[in-house]
Amino acid sequence: MAERERRLTPPRGGVFVPRVQVLAPEDVQRAITRIAHEIVERNRGLDDVVVIGLQTGGVPLAFRLAQVLEEMEATTVPVGMLDVAFYRDDIGIRPVLAEAITAIPCDLAGQLVILVDDVLFTGRTVRAALNALADYGRARAVQLAVMVDRGHRELPVRPDYVGKNMPTRLDEQVDVSLDGVVLGDVVAR
Amino acid sequence: MAERRPAGAGGRATVVVRGGTVIDETGERRADVLISDGTVTAVGPDLDIPAKATVLDAGGCLVVPGLVDLHTHLRQPGGEEAETVETASRAAALGGYTAVLAMPNTNPTIDSAAVAREVLQLGETALCQVAVAGAITVGRAGQCLAPMGELAALGVRLFTDDGTGVQDAGVMRRALEYARGLGVTLGQHCEDATLAAGGHMHEGAWSSRLGVPGVPAAAEELMVARDIMLARLTGGRVHFLHLSTAGSVALVAGAKAEGLDVTAEVAPHHLSLTDGELSGYDAVFKVNPPLRTECDVAALRAGCAAGTIDAVATDHAPHPPEQKEGPLDVAAPGMLGLETALAVTLEALCAAAGDEKGKGAMSLHDVMALLSWRPARIAGLDVGHGGDQGGPIGVDGPANLCVIDPSERWEVDPDHLASRSRNTPWAGRMLTGRVRHTVYRGEPVVIDAEAQR
Amino acid sequence: MTPPSPLPDADELKPPPLSDAGRHLLSISDLGAEGIEEVLRVSDAFVEVASRPIPKVPALRGRTVVTLFAEESTRTRLSFETAAKRLSADVLSFAVASSSVKKGESLRDTVETVAAMGVDAFIVRHPSAGAPAQVAGWVDATVINAGDGWHEHPTQALLDCYTIRQVLAERAGRPVSESGVGDFAGLRVAIVGDVAHSRVARSGVLAFAALGAEVTLVAPGSLVPPSLEGWPVTGVSHDLDAVLPHVDVCYLLRLQTERGAGSFLPSIREYTAGYGLTLRRAGLLADGALVMHPGPMNRGVEIADEVADLPRSLVLRQVANGVAVRMAVLFLLLGQVVRGDATGTVADLGHGYGPVDG
Repeated sequence: MAERERRLTPPRGGVFVPRVQVLAPEDVQRAITRIAHEIVERNRGLDDVVVIGLQTGGVPLAFRLAQVLEEMEATTVPVGMLDVAFYRDDIGIRPVLAEAITAIPCDLAGQLVILVDDVLFTGRTVRAALNALADYGRARAVQLAVMVDRGHRELPVRPDYVGKNMPTRLDEQVDVSLDGVVLGDVVAR
Repeated sequence: MAERRPAGAGGRATVVVRGGTVIDETGERRADVLISDGTVTAVGPDLDIPAKATVLDAGGCLVVPGLVDLHTHLRQPGGEEAETVETASRAAALGGYTAVLAMPNTNPTIDSAAVAREVLQLGETALCQVAVAGAITVGRAGQCLAPMGELAALGVRLFTDDGTGVQDAGVMRRALEYARGLGVTLGQHCEDATLAAGGHMHEGAWSSRLGVPGVPAAAEELMVARDIMLARLTGGRVHFLHLSTAGSVALVAGAKAEGLDVTAEVAPHHLSLTDGELSGYDAVFKVNPPLRTECDVAALRAGCAAGTIDAVATDHAPHPPEQKEGPLDVAAPGMLGLETALAVTLEALCAAAGDEKGKGAMSLHDVMALLSWRPARIAGLDVGHGGDQGGPIGVDGPANLCVIDPSERWEVDPDHLASRSRNTPWAGRMLTGRVRHTVYRGEPVVIDAEAQR
Repeated sequence: MTPPSPLPDADELKPPPLSDAGRHLLSISDLGAEGIEEVLRVSDAFVEVASRPIPKVPALRGRTVVTLFAEESTRTRLSFETAAKRLSADVLSFAVASSSVKKGESLRDTVETVAAMGVDAFIVRHPSAGAPAQVAGWVDATVINAGDGWHEHPTQALLDCYTIRQVLAERAGRPVSESGVGDFAGLRVAIVGDVAHSRVARSGVLAFAALGAEVTLVAPGSLVPPSLEGWPVTGVSHDLDAVLPHVDVCYLLRLQTERGAGSFLPSIREYTAGYGLTLRRAGLLADGALVMHPGPMNRGVEIADEVADLPRSLVLRQVANGVAVRMAVLFLLLGQVVRGDATGTVADLGHGYGPVDG
């Protein structure tokens, strides 16, 4: 999760204290490559595929994934980003971020959307994202790729592609970036 | 008049005001005051207390002649949901007043003997003397002169169209000439209607910022200047009501230096509050004339100290809540004053008190003059005019007294005011100086800050 | 006795941003530069929403917004109602004839009655300055000032700022979302016309100046406010021709035609001659200077027909941005209300509110 987002989320001013490095940068890279292969395999190519990263943690992963897909299949893959702040059921807990831009590269009607996020937890972000996507047109299908599935689902949401399944405690935090995955705690300042 | 009061038994009792410092026009001295049969029978240190006498403790207090308010809106007849003669007189007694001058802007207007008599009659059972001011023009419409002679015969000594000024200079001239023959005073609410039109607060920095139409200081000063010229022209006597601007003070000072027969009063709120109070659009601070600037407040205080201002008068103007809850430009102007005037005035003017705007320059004696004997004289209620107000505290003198604890701190709670209305600008504020007892014509109407009836 | 609050300097008008502290939007001074910037930033997101096939988001589902208009203004009311509906709020429209208020039913009774139905926000337009501030004192709901007397019209100023920022970003060739408010530093804005009786001018002066613009007022003497003490303006001019070549934004105010009846101005014709943006005068403007007007325009009075339709005129864009900016204001005031204890621990938030569902 972006540092700024954490700063604005209760407990405000909390600090992320890393405890365990779960994935190294090269592990993240390998997971993205594997997910890319799975996407191509499952969809028999990349026809109509659009990659959409969820703001904020999913965006760099989505751009990296699209890049790998393009190199792999020697084609272009439209990539976009989506902020679901206005769709959440916990508005008021999470802040609207300045950098949380929504930019959808094309009409989604008939497309195959690969939704990318860093961590799958309660499933509420994905639920909000599905609602948001619907306002851009009727996608042929939506598939979900996440770097970490940490469990504790509160909605019937299941990922299609997972970098790493990782059991966690509720009060733990998972920090995901292209530089690796770290498990830790947020401590009030 | 005391004989006619049903509660007259109180007026017959023997009362001793013990342990205070007497301040009146003649000076200041430590003395007890003994009152029997509605008259002061002894004044001196450590008097013997007769058996069965009611003892009013005045330790640490000032004992002064009862205060006289030149400017009270009793609202009766016609505005009984806001105030009645009885409730206003209770508020007055609690504020240390033993006489109030009822303004004529009632409904109907006090522009005939019949209405004047009604108010005087209501005043007979009140907790203080209720004197009446008559209108200058019929219905205060500014056109036809009211029957001043008929009213003067009932004892009316001051006439005013308060609530509005007499706009027509020709009408005012004739009124002054006519009044001169009756020996009465004309009080002017100085406000040029064309300059003040549509205004709801002082025109200045705050009104400009708040987007509220303003009343310029010139609206008041224009009429003060005009009436000074008319006083010069006619030789008539003009009393300027509730002056609020530095310019007005300067004009009156000039007129007095010239020897014209003019007097002036100021309201306590104009001595202490400014237009910045309206920054929250609270209509309780809407008043006419409007709260002005720091400069004006300073000039009014200086005018009191210099003797330019003759009296502090409350402009007690009760309004029911619904008339104060609307937007600023719809709400009625006016604020309560009787129960807070003494404390506010002491804080604003007195060297012994002083608020955050700096210590006042005046002695307690001079401040009491503004509140008691000088207004009594302007209203014609003093001994010299056959009345019993504001006089020195001496043997055989009238027993209208007020006992003040100048150091008591108290919080103004609108729900505990005697007035029927709640529109006090001092709600929730701490004031210093409080009336402990009030004796009206020998009857202790207020004891220990509690009204006795 | 507490002293009355001193007249605030423009520099002091800097309370925390809207989403942190503000519950109401009564004046631009409730926002300060940071708050204005936040509104503009969030407006970007709603401009994007407006471009979607379905320009509606569920952010304020279940919230009830009442437009309480004691003075008719179809365009402002529709703009707010569209904004609220695009956020999925339930919208109730309540027109109070200002005369009925005078006829006895007090504004307070009206407002308290409506509030009792369960209202999250009141959007108040009233002919009396300060009425929205008073409403805010009577109800628990959020109050947004949609124009009060001559006092303020804060959302108009915000949408004007947004429009200026948008145009300047486009000219610089960068996405508006990457624009802060730096473009306002030193921006020369002339506000022209009936400043004395204009709520648009009061909010505009505060907003432009807060963002660093230099504001000049241009008006005939009888339409300048009695006092400009504390106003963050660089000056007042009575010579529009002299000012025009030196401004980046020429903001024209609507002239109410009754002002021309002889009491404030000899005639409308004389006003137009001195202060109207005629085609000739528009030629005095520097290249790239913007022409703005809050609407509705009196064509031929404060702005000539031909000028209103020039490309440099942003009038229609102001209207379009109005919805997005009002969505941002509603979202920040209603959507950002933190329910529950914001200082709780992560474990307290636990289920459903976990901040880690990145």
